[in-house]
Amino acid sequence: MTRYVIPLGIFVVLVAFLAIGLGRDPRKVPSPLIDKPAPDFQLTQLHDPSRTFSAAEMRGKVWLLNVWASWCISCREEHPLFLKLARSGEVPVYGLNYKDKREEALRWLQEFRDPYILSVADTEGRVGIDYGVYAVPETFLIDREGFIRFKHIGPVTAGVINDKILPLVRELNR
Amino acid sequence: MKRFGLAVILVYAASFGVLAQEARPMADDPELEKRLMKLSQELRCLVCQNETLADSQAGLAVDLRREIREQMKAGKSDQEIIAFLTQRYGEFVLYRPPLKPATYLLWFGPFVLLLVGLAVLYKYVKQRREMISDQPLSADERRRAQELLRSKPGKEVT
Repeated sequence: MTRYVIPLGIFVVLVAFLAIGLGRDPRKVPSPLIDKPAPDFQLTQLHDPSRTFSAAEMRGKVWLLNVWASWCISCREEHPLFLKLARSGEVPVYGLNYKDKREEALRWLQEFRDPYILSVADTEGRVGIDYGVYAVPETFLIDREGFIRFKHIGPVTAGVINDKILPLVRELNR
Repeated sequence: MKRFGLAVILVYAASFGVLAQEARPMADDPELEKRLMKLSQELRCLVCQNETLADSQAGLAVDLRREIREQMKAGKSDQEIIAFLTQRYGEFVLYRPPLKPATYLLWFGPFVLLLVGLAVLYKYVKQRREMISDQPLSADERRRAQELLRSKPGKEVT
């Protein structure tokens, strides 16, 4: 009896592990930045390069930082969701324009419309490195104390906004 | 004809020059560049995850190499640079995961499996040996075996 049960048991365990492994996305690397202070930056604003914006200015507010670029195709996918989110006024959305050319970024915003309160230009991608960005678009939710509470890699979906981001925003605003 | 063939080969070979990229400046410091290569071979590129940071031509890998180069120039140690990267990208960037409770299974798992395999093998072999020695030949069987061994090959003994 055991000579059949043991291999069967091993087989079942192996299949279970493989099934779990298949269901996971290896591109989604858990960020070590969750629940850590959001790295500060001081970057020029995309629309007005004479002015700068720093993450420290957002102390006391819950806000979203969306990393985007005009060359990023999947950014177009999530863009309508951010337009909707901006209209709802539930949470301010700021853009980090990652490794982009200013003219192209501005043209992109004109074409697809601009959901961001403002965007900053990270032309060299250095702030991106500080935030551990490796797959644009990425979205960070930052709380009043300036801690990163949530990070989404890749385009957000309506599900992510409604089930994860918005409940967390409400909780953090309480 | 021979000459023509040679000419074709030469033109073909020369055309590879078009594909080749201009040699990138090896920075001003080949020593530092060597150190950079050595360190970045230990690090994973996050964009093409099965490539090292040294091999990858992804934009992020180029940026990270620039970052590492600058930190090396600023006198940072390899340890400090690795800490800088793991703070941002997690231990996933390390091809050689650190030894800590969460990675014990990863590091020791194969050896545990090997030991289990050896134990099973030992038990199996021992069991078989007992099975064999449990049934010694009877006197009658022994005599028959002796006869069989003594008989000339090719002839049946009945």
